[in-house]
Amino acid sequence: MITARAAGLVGCQSCGRANSQGQTRCVRCGSRIDSRTPRSLQHVWAWMAVGLIAYVPANTYPMLITSTVGDRQESTIMGGIIDLVEHGSYGVALIVFVASILVPVGKFIAIGYLAFCIPRRMQNPHSLLHLHEVVEFIGRWSMIDVFVVAILAALVQFDLIATINPGIAAVCFALSVVFTMVSAQSFDTRDIWDRVEETSAGT
Amino acid sequence: MASLPVDLEDLIVCSKCDLLHRKATLSVAARAKCARCGTVLLVSRPRAIGQVLALALTAAVLMTVVVFTPFLQLQSGQFVSRASVFDTVMTFSEGIMLPLSFAVAVSIVVLPLTRLLALIYAFLPLFFGRSALPYAKVSFALAERLRPWAMAEIFMVGVAVALVKLSSLATLSVGPAFWSFAAIVLVVALKDTLMCRYSLWSLLDRAGA
Repeated sequence: MITARAAGLVGCQSCGRANSQGQTRCVRCGSRIDSRTPRSLQHVWAWMAVGLIAYVPANTYPMLITSTVGDRQESTIMGGIIDLVEHGSYGVALIVFVASILVPVGKFIAIGYLAFCIPRRMQNPHSLLHLHEVVEFIGRWSMIDVFVVAILAALVQFDLIATINPGIAAVCFALSVVFTMVSAQSFDTRDIWDRVEETSAGT
Repeated sequence: MASLPVDLEDLIVCSKCDLLHRKATLSVAARAKCARCGTVLLVSRPRAIGQVLALALTAAVLMTVVVFTPFLQLQSGQFVSRASVFDTVMTFSEGIMLPLSFAVAVSIVVLPLTRLLALIYAFLPLFFGRSALPYAKVSFALAERLRPWAMAEIFMVGVAVALVKLSSLATLSVGPAFWSFAAIVLVVALKDTLMCRYSLWSLLDRAGA
């Protein structure tokens, strides 16, 4: 087994083509190529930090503003979930809880864990790669709540009787999801495998 | 290192772990995985391009239905409210919510449609045995890069949640756009599983794009 880097080649991550060293763009698909993405972990940490910052107002400010005759109700993410539980829709409450609380928080932890383990050569590469795939796959699903707010606000516009408007938290939440998605994409998974190469080269 | 073939086109590099593979030893299997990390490198399905194109065209046609016909209808007493996807996008169009409106439009309509059109543009001429159009490779690369940002299927789950939230308030019914959107999600998922990136890239290579 030999890696492209050890063979003096640079592999394209979008089409799999092997390129000779020194090339900055893939000869086949024109994507930017690098043997290893420089400073990838710094990008990961930076994007994750902005994601975390945006996640705070997303939880404290109202997500939905419901106005009925003479009454104005604001509900946060957690408030919306509690409402659903009180209505007895446990299944949907669970979906929203998983998508807006469990997945984002879990993702911050998972990204932090990956970014901590990779440079220290900790953990089995297979499980790290697997964790990274899970994080990349699941991150987009947090957008559910933003879409729910959009749909509710579009439908419930009965001027005087009831209107639903999106709150500022919707924007913060959407931004937080986008930032963490970029953070997860910033990992260079090839770094995970380099230590396998290093240990076999050492013996 | 001397044993490496000179022709770089006969090599495949795993995008996840950088391991170098020789195409000749891989293409025997129907589904070739990276020897080290197990990432699927290529799936040989000779007639996939026709199926992929057919599915992409179907989804693109359905998308026009989605944008302009009513998606959901809400009835409470004598009040009726209809929302098309277009209305949903426009709800955030005021003031500070504008970026959100933009993001919703982009992730549920613009990006999925761009991906489909880019794919059709790159491969339709090839399917009819012609040479590739200019920028065919650029458009295929674009379609691939946009993949994580197209969120039509997530929007569908959002619709389901919204339906439940409103069911106590009013009578809800779904419009034609709802069903065609559901169909798009299935068609696109099928298209993405049938698609083998590596085979499509080498197809473009052979067509001299």
